[in-house]
Amino acid sequence: MRAHRAINLWLGAALVLPMIAIAAISLIWTPYDVTLLDVGNKFAPPSPSHWLGTDQLGRDVASLLMSASVNSLTVAFVAVGMGGSLGVMLGLLASAFGGWVETLVMRLADLGFAFPALLFAIMLATAFGPSLSNAILAIAFINIPVFARVARGAANQVWTRDFVLAGQAAGLGRARLTFDHILPNIAAPIIVQATIEFAVAILAEAALSYLGLGAQPPLPSWGRMLSEAQTLMYLAPELAIYPGLCIIIAVLGFGLLGDGLRDVTDPRLKQVRA
Amino acid sequence: MTTLRSASRQTRRTRTARTATLATTFATVLSALALTSPALAETKLRIGLQQEPTVLDPTSDATASIDSMLTHNVFESLTTVDESGAVLPNLASDWTISEDGLTYTFTLVEGATFHDGTAFDAEDVKFTFERAMAEGSTNPSKSIFEPIESVTVIDPKTIEFKLNRKDAFFLFNVAQGDASIIAPESVEANATKPVGTGPFMFDSWTRGDRLTLAKYADYRDAADVKIDKVEFRFISDPAAATAALMSEELDAFPGFPAPELMTQFEADPRFKTVVGSTNGEVILALNNSKPPFNDLKARQALSHAIDRAEIIDGAMYGMAVPIGSFYPPHAPDYIDLTGLYPHDSAKAKQMFEEAGVTEELTLRVPPFPYATRSGEIVQAELAKAGIKVKLENVEWGFWIDEVYKKKNYDMTIIAHTAPNDLSNFARGPKYFYGYQSDDFDALWNKIKTESDTAARAELTKQAQTYLAENAVHGFLFQLPQLSVYRNGVDGFWAASPVLFQPLAGVTIQ
Repeated sequence: MRAHRAINLWLGAALVLPMIAIAAISLIWTPYDVTLLDVGNKFAPPSPSHWLGTDQLGRDVASLLMSASVNSLTVAFVAVGMGGSLGVMLGLLASAFGGWVETLVMRLADLGFAFPALLFAIMLATAFGPSLSNAILAIAFINIPVFARVARGAANQVWTRDFVLAGQAAGLGRARLTFDHILPNIAAPIIVQATIEFAVAILAEAALSYLGLGAQPPLPSWGRMLSEAQTLMYLAPELAIYPGLCIIIAVLGFGLLGDGLRDVTDPRLKQVRA
Repeated sequence: MTTLRSASRQTRRTRTARTATLATTFATVLSALALTSPALAETKLRIGLQQEPTVLDPTSDATASIDSMLTHNVFESLTTVDESGAVLPNLASDWTISEDGLTYTFTLVEGATFHDGTAFDAEDVKFTFERAMAEGSTNPSKSIFEPIESVTVIDPKTIEFKLNRKDAFFLFNVAQGDASIIAPESVEANATKPVGTGPFMFDSWTRGDRLTLAKYADYRDAADVKIDKVEFRFISDPAAATAALMSEELDAFPGFPAPELMTQFEADPRFKTVVGSTNGEVILALNNSKPPFNDLKARQALSHAIDRAEIIDGAMYGMAVPIGSFYPPHAPDYIDLTGLYPHDSAKAKQMFEEAGVTEELTLRVPPFPYATRSGEIVQAELAKAGIKVKLENVEWGFWIDEVYKKKNYDMTIIAHTAPNDLSNFARGPKYFYGYQSDDFDALWNKIKTESDTAARAELTKQAQTYLAENAVHGFLFQLPQLSVYRNGVDGFWAASPVLFQPLAGVTIQ
């Protein structure tokens, strides 16, 4: 049973860790400068000088994919970080005070769930022009209600535990209890959720960039590479396949990692299976 | 006959309710089949279009697709233009021009009627022109009407125009969609239900999807029109356009947006492809009204920085002709000025430094493939010349507002497809170029009033040289007209000298 649980974790890690390593490498080195065009050498096949060939403007595809991974991971990290911390704060607030505060926060979360991220991104792009930071804001926004719910649900359980009741009896304030005792005890489900949301954010960034609302040229992005390759499907199908594969690996990797982490950390699953 | 037969079948089978229902269904299907079978024989032309207009009146809106669908199909003008750009008679069967070139007398055709049944006569022409010339007119090309002093009805079939100055382009200009002849009875509804005198009448418009025209049975030359129905489908995405052509849902796509797929269609025996020319000059437009491009040195530096060969190869897959000034290369008066500022990144860098250009510049491009693709290459070329460019792909509405109306931009990429549009540079500092030059204004005044062809050609060449030397914009290439047709479709123009495409002569097998 334990081994089975660990498989997801290891598979996820096996997909994600090399990707993070490649992204880190591309920060200091890529085979070619991604802004460098070589139009005379477009659609070059894979060769020792261009591992994955070149695209429609003669750029090195391997370099583009490497740089784009930084972009994807950064967006996911910043967006989930921002949306997550705000969401957790709101969830803790709701749980600590209960009553109308809780109702208000949870109804706002419902409202957030009902609001499509794409619509929000289009609104931001119309108002301030399309950019990567607006895409990050939009993705962060959809993460707030997700984390608010998870945090509140988990926190509500912890508030009923004996040690918290004891703390209350000893006269500890709500803020003190929340940060010293509740938060550490809900860290596990939040980390799990964050890992899963990472996958969602990578997919969302690709979708927004595909629609031209995310990373702007010359910043490479998997989503934009896909949209540019669309009419080239008959000419050079590999230009759509490479970024597509990257998106699949990233999303699958973080998804499996999140599942694996939950399997390992969730106490309820442990009890059932032990 | 068929309906009768199915009715009798229905009465025979009324023994139980169940069979009756079945029979009715069967009969309905049969009669529906009988009704649609003659429709299968009608010839229908399905045309793909990239741009959908918001209204359908060519005399009130500048959107080019209104003209490409309706001008000289639903609407007609006094004159028309053939594929070579030569003026031909249309609603005016004949005309005389006075010695001084200021009075035009048109004789109107016999037998023309509007699609709502009302007759066409000189009063409609007078109404049309006076509406366009009026103070609060919303006509998109007011300059066409500006030289007209008065319009007088001589008799129902004769009309006289008096001009206040000679206008060499008058007969060409009145052929355009902006001068479509409309009737006072139907003018109000033209925005959604256009009524003209042309070979096709408006049938329906499903916004976001398609617009259909039907042959006008009472057209004066109806026997020459080979098509019964025309269906325009609005498909802006190049990939979707390709899919629609491949699945043979379209018969023609004039103005196909993806040059990279032309070889694909060429190799497919089901299709034929045509690479024709348009009057479209694709320019890297510079905002001449503010730094840095109010400085000639900065503009010249930019002209050295761009590499037309690379842009044409990368963005258009080699299917375009470079331009060195604002004039289409297929025109007889064209002079090649592409060598004036040869591509030289190092020199460009040095000149930018001398001009003191250090800031990041914005390049706002509209959502057309030729523009977005060229934009990325221009960005890389300027980076080589030491200039950082922020590339913004914006929506068409945003472009019209911010770039075209508010001049809120440093650089943009746009094709000017209208004929004789050297006049753009004489539109004054309020036009989005932000450009004003007394010398050029004087030159343009001479061009538009000069009636001697040789002298006008000479002046046109001077104007091209003047614009190139002043490097008003980065002049990139002539927009090609890429078209894909299903085999058996004939009669489309290869070249596009004007915004419209008459469909009366198109045939399908």
